[in-house]
Amino acid sequence: MSPRVTFPNKILPYLLIAPQLVIVGIFFYWPASQALYQSVLREDPFGLRSTFVGLANFRRVLAEPNYINALQNTAVFSIAVAFVAMSIALLLAVMADKIIRGRGIYRTMLIWPYAIAPAIAGMVWLFMFNPAMGTFAYMLRSSGYQWDPLLRGDQAMVLVIAAAAWKQISYNFLFFVAGLQAIPKTLIEAAAIDGAGETKRFWTIIFPLLAPTTFFLLVINTTYAFFDTFGIIHAVTGGGPGKATETLVYKVYNDGFVNLILGDSAAQSVILMVIVIALTAIQFRYVEKKVHYG
Amino acid sequence: MKTQGFAAGLAATFTVLSTSAAFAVTEIQWWHAMTGANNEVVETLSKEFNESQSDYKVVPVFKGTYPETLNAGIAAFRANQSPHIIQVFDVGTGVMMAAEGAVKPVAEVLSMGGGEFNKDEYLPGIVAYYSKPDGTMLSFPYNSSSPILYYNKDIFEKAGLDTENPPKTWPEVFEAAKKIKESGAASCGLTSTWLTWIGLENFAAWNNLQYGTQENGLAGTDVELKINEGLFVTHFQNLADLAKDDTFRYGGRTSEAKQLFLSGECAILTESSGGLGDVLKSGLNYGLGQLPYYPEAEGAPQNTIPGGASLWVFGGHEDAEYEGVAAFFNFLSQTEIQERLHQVSGYLPVTLAAYEATKASGFYDENPGREIPITQMMGKAPTANSRGVRLVNLPQVRDIENEEFEKMLAGEQTAQQALDNAVERGNAAIQQAIGN
Repeated sequence: MSPRVTFPNKILPYLLIAPQLVIVGIFFYWPASQALYQSVLREDPFGLRSTFVGLANFRRVLAEPNYINALQNTAVFSIAVAFVAMSIALLLAVMADKIIRGRGIYRTMLIWPYAIAPAIAGMVWLFMFNPAMGTFAYMLRSSGYQWDPLLRGDQAMVLVIAAAAWKQISYNFLFFVAGLQAIPKTLIEAAAIDGAGETKRFWTIIFPLLAPTTFFLLVINTTYAFFDTFGIIHAVTGGGPGKATETLVYKVYNDGFVNLILGDSAAQSVILMVIVIALTAIQFRYVEKKVHYG
Repeated sequence: MKTQGFAAGLAATFTVLSTSAAFAVTEIQWWHAMTGANNEVVETLSKEFNESQSDYKVVPVFKGTYPETLNAGIAAFRANQSPHIIQVFDVGTGVMMAAEGAVKPVAEVLSMGGGEFNKDEYLPGIVAYYSKPDGTMLSFPYNSSSPILYYNKDIFEKAGLDTENPPKTWPEVFEAAKKIKESGAASCGLTSTWLTWIGLENFAAWNNLQYGTQENGLAGTDVELKINEGLFVTHFQNLADLAKDDTFRYGGRTSEAKQLFLSGECAILTESSGGLGDVLKSGLNYGLGQLPYYPEAEGAPQNTIPGGASLWVFGGHEDAEYEGVAAFFNFLSQTEIQERLHQVSGYLPVTLAAYEATKASGFYDENPGREIPITQMMGKAPTANSRGVRLVNLPQVRDIENEEFEKMLAGEQTAQQALDNAVERGNAAIQQAIGN
């Protein structure tokens, strides 16, 4: 337990956190409460007629096969993005940690993609793999591979996963590098003297000691895959083909902004809010127990 | 959703604050979605109008893509900060029409400006599309286009096809596409942008087929789709069969397929006449033709229906402001303005006089093919099947249709199954949207 910090001034602390509270209030609590309110209404786009419908929007959304489809897509997408982004980042971090000369250059270059906005990252991948104009698409086709993410849902999914994971690798890399540096070299050297090979050292010493970092990144990556990948999906596939890459967040956008069904869209965002609260709670409650904070 | 409303409200507040300095002059806000060269046209028109008189000032504001502009307008209306004029794309027409009380019919606005609104001066096909069943014109047609056929003359020559006479019917187009593919003149014979707008909505009008009940939604909102029968199924099964060996190639839901034509991968393209600019710029040796039809369809070719966008007027403003809007619309209707708009932008002229003037100037003789979209739309008086398609949720129905087409073209279902699913899901979505 850390000692309780006391401030001599009674008002100052409140003043200091006031800006943050105002921001959270305006950009989180206010829209969230509006979403809750909208989710029990049925309204035309212009708000000319609105009726209270109770939980009818929720019932309809949950009974919709497309919603289940979006749920499955989100699960596949999030797990794949988190796994790919984290495993590649870990591999790169371990490799970069071994380099003696030019370490700074490698690290900087690996961190670069993080500075790219999601929509731009999406466009980059789209330009490379779009069947109509992509260079790699052209190469894939001329090598005899039937590359057509415009019609094949599995290929479209692979494409958005690749783009989303690629963008997150840098972030994960940064944390893994920091995590690796915090591991005492003496432990690794002792293991080496005892005759443990490189693989053995990694799995029995480095990986367990990285667990807090990995756990933190798991939470961050899941949230990222859930919410921050909208720009990528919007730019690359627009949720298509069919509804093969429509995630929960994308469906909220599509139903609310394209189809102008505000009640359904609001109900979905409320469900999404519940899912994320639940996921985070589970992660902290159960997974964290198994994490070894060295 | 709410944050956007908030942002729009904030933006509107700033506009109000910053404009209160101007006295005597009445400001008219015009929200639009035009980019590039078309944006310059908007700016020029506003400037010319503002300089032509001193009572009103039109302020054009770019609001993003068509759907974004529509959403910004809706959000602003909900925040009581609506602009006077908003440009809404064709598929948003049903959305706006369902919002009685939010919009003011253009016919009414024009008569407030003192002038008499004479419907006969405007192209009938366009006026019909933007009018209520009783004939009241609701919005002002600003940019209209119509789908036509583009073909690559070099590829046609290589494949041994007639470079001067493009195929006229769908069976002829399919034959040509097969020949192109088989001869190896190009890797794909045929592609199309906007399968929903061209392949269903215009397909129905051009072949005089029913798209949905209630005169395709123009006579009422309770529409049942009819696109899962007859020639619709034949046509899409043909496309699905040709897609198997890449004779027909799918480009995407909107205008992506244009790239396939511009890159020389596909030899024939059906696309909006508004896409001509890019084709011109590419330097391709291209030719233009009418939108193909099916010879067995009775009365085909009938007429095409306009795409593009129109200008809507929001309700709840001052009378003086409406007079300004009316003055601006009258300014836009002038023959020389319409004539220039048509020739510069590639969009259709809105008034008959502008069309006649362009014809008289010899523009069509110098630019063959540029008249096709107009003659297609005006060739015949529209029937109940060809005045247009209007659904309160057409964007959503188009999405559903696209999803089913994509599954069909991927070989997961037949055309009959795809269209059956589209009808079933589309009807359910329409029922939900009209509140049943």
